[in-house]
Amino acid sequence: MATDSGSQRRLYELMVLMKAADDRLSKGIATGELLCVYWPSRGQEAIAAALGLCLRPDDQLLTTYRGLHDLIGKGVPLLEIFGEMLGRQVGASRGKGGTMHIARPESGVMLSTGIVGAGPPVAVGLALAAKRRGLDRVTAVSFGDGATNTGSFHEAANMAALWDLPVVLVCQNNQYAEMTPTEHTMKVERVADRALAYGMPGVRVDGNDPLAVVASLRQALERARSGGGPTLLECLTFRFRGHYFGDPMAYIPKEQLAAAQAADPLPRFRSHLTGTGVCTEGELDDIEAAASARVEDALAAALAAAPPSIDELDSDVYGDPTHCPA
Amino acid sequence: MEEREMTMREALNAALDHALASDDRVFLLGEDIADPGASGPTKGLSTKYGTDRVLDTPISEAAIVGAAIGAALDGFLPVAEIMIMDFIGIAVDQIVNHAAKLRFMSGGRTTAPITIRTQVYGGLGTGATHSQSLEAWFMHIPGLKVIVPATPRDAKGLLTSAIFDPDPCIFVETIRLQGQRGLVPAEPSFAIPLGQADIKRPGSDVTLIAYGRGLVEATEAASRLEDEGIDAEVLDLRTLVPLDVETMLDSVRRTRRAVVVHDAVRFAGPGAEIAAILQEELFGDLVAPVRRVGARFVPNPASPSLDAQVYPDAGRIVAAARRTLEPASARRE
Ligand SMILES: Cc1ncc(C[n+]2csc(CCOP(=O)(O)OP(=O)(O)O)c2C)c(N)n1
Ligand SMILES: [Mg+2]
Repeated sequence: MATDSGSQRRLYELMVLMKAADDRLSKGIATGELLCVYWPSRGQEAIAAALGLCLRPDDQLLTTYRGLHDLIGKGVPLLEIFGEMLGRQVGASRGKGGTMHIARPESGVMLSTGIVGAGPPVAVGLALAAKRRGLDRVTAVSFGDGATNTGSFHEAANMAALWDLPVVLVCQNNQYAEMTPTEHTMKVERVADRALAYGMPGVRVDGNDPLAVVASLRQALERARSGGGPTLLECLTFRFRGHYFGDPMAYIPKEQLAAAQAADPLPRFRSHLTGTGVCTEGELDDIEAAASARVEDALAAALAAAPPSIDELDSDVYGDPTHCPA
Repeated sequence: MEEREMTMREALNAALDHALASDDRVFLLGEDIADPGASGPTKGLSTKYGTDRVLDTPISEAAIVGAAIGAALDGFLPVAEIMIMDFIGIAVDQIVNHAAKLRFMSGGRTTAPITIRTQVYGGLGTGATHSQSLEAWFMHIPGLKVIVPATPRDAKGLLTSAIFDPDPCIFVETIRLQGQRGLVPAEPSFAIPLGQADIKRPGSDVTLIAYGRGLVEATEAASRLEDEGIDAEVLDLRTLVPLDVETMLDSVRRTRRAVVVHDAVRFAGPGAEIAAILQEELFGDLVAPVRRVGARFVPNPASPSLDAQVYPDAGRIVAAARRTLEPASARRE
């Protein structure tokens, strides 16, 4: 099924918003204007945009510390993301969780985790819950290539397949886990091949091509929704800014980085859109300007917001705050 | 003895370097520990000793520790790294049900002399899953040794002992101390026996018992107390298991007052055990209840404004020390 022009435009809007947010955060952290930790998603926008486009509002998404793009795609308001990163009361978790731990059930974002590999088992549980309730909701869980070396991933993949659960395992293979290249940590050449061991389809796509991701993701979602069980979708991509913001990236060969940057999903999709006549240059310029403006507004509001009140410390440890020992 | 100034990170590197150089049974395994990706204490070691002895692993904490145990069963002395202490949960079965108990369960026929190096974050805005001081978990398990150095010298000396120790050691490093500088004996084999506390500052009015980052705050508290005319002794436990009860009791018997300080959560933290020992052994000598200063009982908040409220600081230690010096009448709550 081809992706219609409205959806293509929507994909570009999402990708541009993700990039604008990343660019602005990066600039702010580099200059010392923003005090926060950040694991940049720049380069991986096509995957998150495809998730944003294809997941229904009631579908769920779980992500990781490298989740800015995923959160934006699933509709978490920028103010809540920036507010959380900066430790403000307006943050998604009122500043208590931080960059790595953003959840927003209203948007279907049920978990962001700082523990590599922790997402897939939780996705299994959410899918189990949907099945018990008779809902046709799908749970997508996003994680990295390195996460597929955890026991947690393998246990969850097996369970999801065993019980035909409505899960899509989305591996954003950016070719590194921290400073270690993926091929140093697994014998298989394709993460997707790991699906074989569990009796589920494993599909590898060009994660820098949003239309390719959309096509495969739609199949996986359809399969999950109709009771066919999980799919492992490996999306090949790259992290342009390294593991954490400020990573000197000395361990990345220059030619590899240059090749990855030449395959930047944004300019590539932009020329696709203009080349095929889906959008004019002017329309795309407008999309970009609008995204930057939204990011500026949200960041200004987050910066102006108050830090959490001290009372926040003891609240939310337990349902009943009096159960908290002194 | 000749000494060299270095950071804690360099001191740890020196201990690993010496162990690798001097004993072929020693090898390292962990995530991102080999060059060019290594940035912590293992930097340079894979280049020097090869990737057969400095193994970058997949993100597989359970298998990292399990593999260390296996090699140890066959006579090796593996040093496993769990990058951040919060991730150790994934390896807890291997540590608690295997490494800790093999010597006993096999009647001494198999042993697991592994060292697990791990690092405590905290105070860096990384939030609740990258900030915990979990040493109390491991103190509670018979068979494990638990070591938390606070200075470059102690880091070098204790890591050397841990690696060659016949038992499994949990060696807890502290990211906020890694850049701290200090003098370390130049002799490569320099070691400090496990189970010896160290009086870092002698005093007569109150003993501040600390370890790890708590020592930095306790030392600062001691100098503030000095300005108030209170002479605090600062005792660095250095190892929590084996615990140097004797040095602790000697000190508190003299000062008759104690404050225990740690970054671990106060409730059911290491300080609870220490306070219990002090009151059991010194009930008649103490002139004030033993005070504990630890982290608040909350998951670590990411927001810096909240985070600042969680960990012990010199101010809270000073306040606790003052309370031990109040007359008993003023102390009744
Ligand atoms: C269980 C666990 N082990 C180690 C880490 C430290 N760590 C954080 S990110 C990371 C690399 C993860 O790589 P990958 O899954 O490929 O995701 P990416 O960061 O590339 O998006 C590691 C080792 C962690 N957070 N959790
Ligand atoms: Mg990766």
